[in-house]
Amino acid sequence: MGATLKAVTTTEGTPPFSFSAEGLAECQRIIARYPEGRSKSALLPILHIAQAENDGWLSVNAMDAVAQVLGIQHIEVYEVASFYSMYNLHPVGKHLLEVCHTSPCMIRGSDDIVAYLEKKLNIHVGETTKDGMFTLKTVECLGSCGTAPMLQCGAKYHENLTPDKVDALIENLRNQPRNNYTDR
Amino acid sequence: MGRKLLLEHVNKPGIQGLEGYRANGGYRSVEKALKTMGPEAVLEEVKKSGLRGRGGAGFPTGLKWSFMAKPPGIPRYLVVNADESEPGTFKDRYLMERIPHMLVEGMITSSFALGANTSFIYIRGEYFYVSRILERAIEEARAAGWLGKNILGSGFDHDIHVHVGAGAYICGEETALLESLEGKRGNPRIKPPFPAVKGLYECPTVVNNVETIAAVVPIVNDGGEEYAKIGIGKSTGTKLISAGGNIKRPGVYEIELGVSCEEFLNSDEWCGGVEGRALKAVIPGGSSVPIIPAELYFKTAKFETRLMTYESLSDGGFATGTMLGSGGFYAYNDAQCIVRSTWNHSRFYRHESCGQCSPCREGTGWMEKILYRLEHGQGRTADIDLLWDIQRRIEGNTICPLGDAAAWPVASAIRHFRDEFEYHATHPTKVKDPRHFEKEPFRRVAKAVV
Repeated sequence: MGATLKAVTTTEGTPPFSFSAEGLAECQRIIARYPEGRSKSALLPILHIAQAENDGWLSVNAMDAVAQVLGIQHIEVYEVASFYSMYNLHPVGKHLLEVCHTSPCMIRGSDDIVAYLEKKLNIHVGETTKDGMFTLKTVECLGSCGTAPMLQCGAKYHENLTPDKVDALIENLRNQPRNNYTDR
Repeated sequence: MGRKLLLEHVNKPGIQGLEGYRANGGYRSVEKALKTMGPEAVLEEVKKSGLRGRGGAGFPTGLKWSFMAKPPGIPRYLVVNADESEPGTFKDRYLMERIPHMLVEGMITSSFALGANTSFIYIRGEYFYVSRILERAIEEARAAGWLGKNILGSGFDHDIHVHVGAGAYICGEETALLESLEGKRGNPRIKPPFPAVKGLYECPTVVNNVETIAAVVPIVNDGGEEYAKIGIGKSTGTKLISAGGNIKRPGVYEIELGVSCEEFLNSDEWCGGVEGRALKAVIPGGSSVPIIPAELYFKTAKFETRLMTYESLSDGGFATGTMLGSGGFYAYNDAQCIVRSTWNHSRFYRHESCGQCSPCREGTGWMEKILYRLEHGQGRTADIDLLWDIQRRIEGNTICPLGDAAAWPVASAIRHFRDEFEYHATHPTKVKDPRHFEKEPFRRVAKAVV
């Protein structure tokens, strides 16, 4: 069984964080979209960049760096990061598998897919495999109800899942670099 | 075959790019509006069309636009709501993915009517890859002169930005969306002031659904009166319906409002009928609208044929009707357990409640817990009345409609399927198996309490 996900609220034991040059340029490009004096609007998109550059999760260090880029208080970042479900406040595996389990997917068998993944990866929902490769999460409706059951990994939707498709996906992911939401 | 206004060219090659879109008549509405019409005339056409908000509430779009305050010297904004998170709904994703330029075109024309020089698309974070498609379309439009300064020499400046959210159903509520766009938690604001007076950055703002803005394109091209000829009564035009659940042909379909419910479900042009077994219940407009049993889906309580229109679906009020909502249609066959589904819905609303108002924050949690124990063989008969009591205390007592949306699925499930809840309370060992109704359907056809 793997490690349970729990929010990390301290900087102790977490690596330092600073934006890459490209990340910083992207931040400035995003800030420029909003009217003068409204740069705080860029907070959500910039948190996505920070998460992608911090192994898929937001440490306190990463959030503090975001606050610095935007010139806002740390708490303004924490309260937002803890509100939205796509920001991970705990370390996650290399591949975050988010299975939709809302009613339209449930009707079409998402429970079976979740159970299959739990068995295959030998973890419960909300845990990471021992080798740090996969984290399994259930999420609410991803707007892919016509192609249910489905899961999201990074920016990609994997739809019309069957056990065979899940097997192929897991094998394929093992050799791939981390998938982030911000991937192009 | 019904007329298609939005998805007519969806399968044409290259429609995703500017060239392919232009070749199929794209950006005509911008030319027409900016060169020959003027803002007032565009607003007039939208009013004449009878177009109603396609996000769920069905508020007349022309009326919403006419509320826009116009204080001098203060910028105005158009914000497009692409935070499509209503369970069962995936029509906007389909539209943005396949014909991104249609949204861009609709936004330019609409912004011209509203006098907005900047507009935003607020898209849910899970649709990150769709935001890339939109950004590419905007770049193309900008390079071709459809966006930027002095568009087509009309003196009208406009630019569009894509803003990506981060996973919160509540941000589909317009004031929560604006809060989120300002970089805050998605807590809905108290209205009034309405966004048309004080919206984004305290400036007058109109928030419209993706499909609503896309529908402005055919309205301006063909005229509002032509658009209003489609449909019945106050339900004019076409509507995208995203169909899922136990049907043979899931997908996004554009229907003329006024198609009969039975035809929509059984015709091979659309859903293609129920998969495998008998139809038990239908949710026609996203999980927030009341669930109705099969026979009430086909006929109203007055035994009239039920039609896919705002009015016909809500005929009989919540006692025997439901709502067209966002068009997130999904059907249940008789292997599905309504209690399990209602528990699933409650879990969704508990997860998505922003926590501002006590009735919703506490009530959704209690409903989920009670439904969990009913579904897992630990319930009692008194739980049903308890659920009814909780949902009654949420509805109408919250800042935003999420409270109502959480209460209605529970209320309608108990209203129409009370015996199924009672069965769960009295047969604890049988219902412990998640597939209990698959092996032994509780009943073939649901009884309606009329």
